Amino acid sequence: MKYMAKTLYDKLWDAHLVRTEADGTTLLYIDRHLVHEVTSPQAFEGLRLAGRRPWRTRSMLAVPDHNVPTTNRRLGIADPVSRRQVDTLDANCAELGILEFRMDDSRQGVVHVIGPEQGATLPGMTVVCGDSHTSTHGAFGALAFGVGTSEVEHVMATQCLVTTKSKNMLVSVDGRTGPGVTAKDIILVIIGALGTAGGTGYAIEFGGEAIRALSMEGRMTVCNMAIEAGARAGMVAVDDITIDYLKGRTFAPKGELWERAVAAWWELHSDPDARFDRVVRLDAAALEPQVTWGTSPEMVAPVDACIPDPAAEADPVRREGMERALAYMGLQAGMPIGAIPLDKVFIGSCTNGRIEDLRAAATVVRGRTVAPTLKQALVVPGSGPVKQQAEAEGLDRIFIEAGFEWREPGCSMCLAMNADRLEPGEHCASTSNRNFEGRQGQGGRTHLASPAMVAAAAIAGHFVDVREFE
Amino acid sequence: MQAFTQHQGLVAPLDRANVDTDAIIPKQFLKSIHRSGFGPNLFDEWRYLDHGEPEQDCSGRPLNPAFVLNQPRYQGASILLTRNNFGCGSSREHAVWALADAGFRCVIAPGFADIFFNNCFKNGVLPIVLDAGSVDRLFHKVEVTPGYRLLLDLPAQTITTPAGESITFGVDAFRKHCLVNGLDEIGLSLQYSGEIRAYEARRRQEAPWLFVDLESA
Repeated sequence: MKYMAKTLYDKLWDAHLVRTEADGTTLLYIDRHLVHEVTSPQAFEGLRLAGRRPWRTRSMLAVPDHNVPTTNRRLGIADPVSRRQVDTLDANCAELGILEFRMDDSRQGVVHVIGPEQGATLPGMTVVCGDSHTSTHGAFGALAFGVGTSEVEHVMATQCLVTTKSKNMLVSVDGRTGPGVTAKDIILVIIGALGTAGGTGYAIEFGGEAIRALSMEGRMTVCNMAIEAGARAGMVAVDDITIDYLKGRTFAPKGELWERAVAAWWELHSDPDARFDRVVRLDAAALEPQVTWGTSPEMVAPVDACIPDPAAEADPVRREGMERALAYMGLQAGMPIGAIPLDKVFIGSCTNGRIEDLRAAATVVRGRTVAPTLKQALVVPGSGPVKQQAEAEGLDRIFIEAGFEWREPGCSMCLAMNADRLEPGEHCASTSNRNFEGRQGQGGRTHLASPAMVAAAAIAGHFVDVREFE
Repeated sequence: MQAFTQHQGLVAPLDRANVDTDAIIPKQFLKSIHRSGFGPNLFDEWRYLDHGEPEQDCSGRPLNPAFVLNQPRYQGASILLTRNNFGCGSSREHAVWALADAGFRCVIAPGFADIFFNNCFKNGVLPIVLDAGSVDRLFHKVEVTPGYRLLLDLPAQTITTPAGESITFGVDAFRKHCLVNGLDEIGLSLQYSGEIRAYEARRRQEAPWLFVDLESA
């Protein structure tokens, strides 16, 4: 057979084909199904109404994360509507024999943090979850993407998804980033360059020296926000960093099976002559710490820049979007990013709630105190194990002594489904992934940035360039 | 699923790009464990002047007069005309459930976010992609023509304007087939159970580490 150069995405796709119709509609096999409480109850109910059973319950891992309180867990969930949703997940998993880390389980956390942490996400897998940030798991050389609740039910019932192949995009970040420039800054620059719809219809492979230099935590941050550029899936090729991260994790293969798996995983990269439908290159050395100023993640600027003027935008739809964003955010064109008033800060989420993120923030915070002008500064670890590790390293003391609140793991103020939220008009420096209107609470104003940048903003009371922060 | 063949309906314009699913249905309403009842909370933060909570009676809430869908001329609309990247952000299918529950059978835009686009087809809602120029012209027509209605024909893949102009649109053959016939996609896929099992048997040999059972140690 003739040799066909393949991208990483091509390889993952081809390995999971059950059948393909003439029009390209494909039945794609799904290896791992992650489940949370918000997008699953209707799927479980649909199965039940149709008299169906899950195809492979042992491929599933469930966790409540969106609704859970980040304060004292022993008190349970105060909001009865939230409580019913978590209780429903518990009951569905118990009935069907699905592994679930319940709210009081030490392994509980944000679904996209716990999958990799437990070794439930492995290279070469297809991974789905009823959650758009499932792209996170692509950091392991996996094909991972978010699905709606009907598709959650479809995967439960058939272990497959009906889908069509995306196009291939390579985003190569060449060279090395300077100090203070993190994975979060890299992905924010990429989103700014592509636009929030720039990746629609594509699977994005992130490559180049700056991506290869990232830890698994950093690669997860980058892949997590592929969806913010419109791409359902983001991915990074397997290397030593991937394999070292996974070795010894609970559900990772052991012994001889591990050796076989690792040998296969080394194939999980794009062939040197593979063809991409689109290639975007960025110069890592030119990147700076980023802050979003608007209501779409593409509305982003370097920390030392000023808010752009909509009048300079030629496209009328874009101009109107910028004007509406500035009105919502209560900001003016030309204002320096550093002059944005801040009310709260949030460190956490599936984007930046991992141990490395907390270490980066703690390094900035150590020995300093939160600005008295801030009403609240929250640190929400991404999972129980992240929290335990941080406490073992004394990071919790650093945050608490500085005036931060040290909370229990969950999605928390990233989307404000629990009690952690912004009040109308409040500005928040946040390590999360979306700055949409109302995302962190109705009328709330979100500014996305890296953990180090948010930590520095918490100390200074406004955004500062972490590279110059003394 | 409700089948979609022909549909004639009033068009409502939502003239903004990048309408995200947080705007279509805010997070507090995602706490429901049901598929229905989201209609009154469609675009909740734009539509009402107060803060909405789940399971609240919306009939007495103050409407935002500045929100386009609250204008009397667009009441009863079933076709939403909007700008690029509609449905971006969260995968919440609640966004489509809210649109369908509020009576929308079709959304026309220059482009959609992928997950939202998929979710539409699972719920009898037809997302139509038209070029930006055609969408611009439709916005103008809707603006100047009270009661502007379109006739949609999915089998023929055409939109017919009140003036009799016909606009064709593309749609994947399989998605069209399922939508026109209101098919249960799970039932269709289960017809291939034998092939799924054969695939699994082969993969268990090739890559057994993918089949390590997830269970409490």
